[in-house]
Amino acid sequence: MSDASINTTGAQTQIGDAGFGDYFALLKPRVMSLVVFTALVGLLAAPVGVHPVIGFAAILFIAVGGGASGALNMWWDADIDRIMKRTKGRPIPAGKITEGEAFAFGMTLSVMSVIMLALASNFVAAGLLAFTIFFYVVIYSMWLKRWTPQNIVIGGAAGAFPPMIGWAVATGGISVESVLMFTLIFMWTPPHFWALCLFMKSDYENAGVPMLTVTHGRRATRTHILVYTILLAPIAVGTAFTSIGGPIYLAVALLLNALFLKGAWDIWRRDEVQAEADKYRTEKKVFALSLFYLFGHFTAILAQSALAPFGIGGW
Amino acid sequence: MALSRQHELHKRRFGRNLGLGLVLAGFVALVFGMTIVKVTNEDFSVPSSQGAGN
Repeated sequence: MSDASINTTGAQTQIGDAGFGDYFALLKPRVMSLVVFTALVGLLAAPVGVHPVIGFAAILFIAVGGGASGALNMWWDADIDRIMKRTKGRPIPAGKITEGEAFAFGMTLSVMSVIMLALASNFVAAGLLAFTIFFYVVIYSMWLKRWTPQNIVIGGAAGAFPPMIGWAVATGGISVESVLMFTLIFMWTPPHFWALCLFMKSDYENAGVPMLTVTHGRRATRTHILVYTILLAPIAVGTAFTSIGGPIYLAVALLLNALFLKGAWDIWRRDEVQAEADKYRTEKKVFALSLFYLFGHFTAILAQSALAPFGIGGW
Repeated sequence: MALSRQHELHKRRFGRNLGLGLVLAGFVALVFGMTIVKVTNEDFSVPSSQGAGN
């Protein structure tokens, strides 16, 4: 970030003083919004109440921890981010922030967020946050992502931890309900991401990332999407019969799983010729639906817990 | 390239410093708020080693 590095000729490779927004972009704000939402649902659905200030602080530190792991991911993946169209504009490949700065920023925020979450809530929640950061950066980014086509399956666990952390903030432990919320996101991630891979065609191939579409082909990816969606449905619907579920959640889960299964079936029935012909219309539709699917399930859990004090909601 | 007072770099740097200042102020306020909540909690008690000295 020194003045000596100012370069007026090549905007692509220029390293200058980054703005506040560039550092914020390192935290992957869109991913962070999902982390905040699911962690909040985990916290509010828990049977133990939390003081609003402590709850706010805990969600903030979970979000910062999630963002810090995003910054460390961008530091590690800077080389492939420069190749892929989708990631070219990120702060490091765009030349706004150096790799060293991103590493320092990510490490500092990781340590701070874990310590602050431990002080705000408890060691179980802080331990889960530390494990999530470790899992995303070391297990997923450094190890699995460039090694196995199952990268997204196992790596998806990192994105599944936030509701479990939120639950742990309130209860100080882990329970069937928090494990079910974890499993819901864990099983949802592969079909969600593989639907994206089907229409983001050449990106991963060019970067040499062993995505399922690259290593096993598109036919196998379509089959994988269908299988994971079938496995996901009973977990999503079964959650309705636990303490965080209820009739509202059951109705939402039945509808969304029927739609998602139909979408996965449509993807499975198509081949590349059909997909190319309508520019991957079905795949794009299912990807959009997958976002709505997760949002819908967690909103239903939130609705159940919000209505419970009024005697509406639970079984 | 002369770096005049109004150079875009100054604006960007000011924005970053202002943002950092606000984040730090928010952090201080949050820690203060958390402390108040914790010490006014019914479960809060002074550790015995400190309590004995007072």
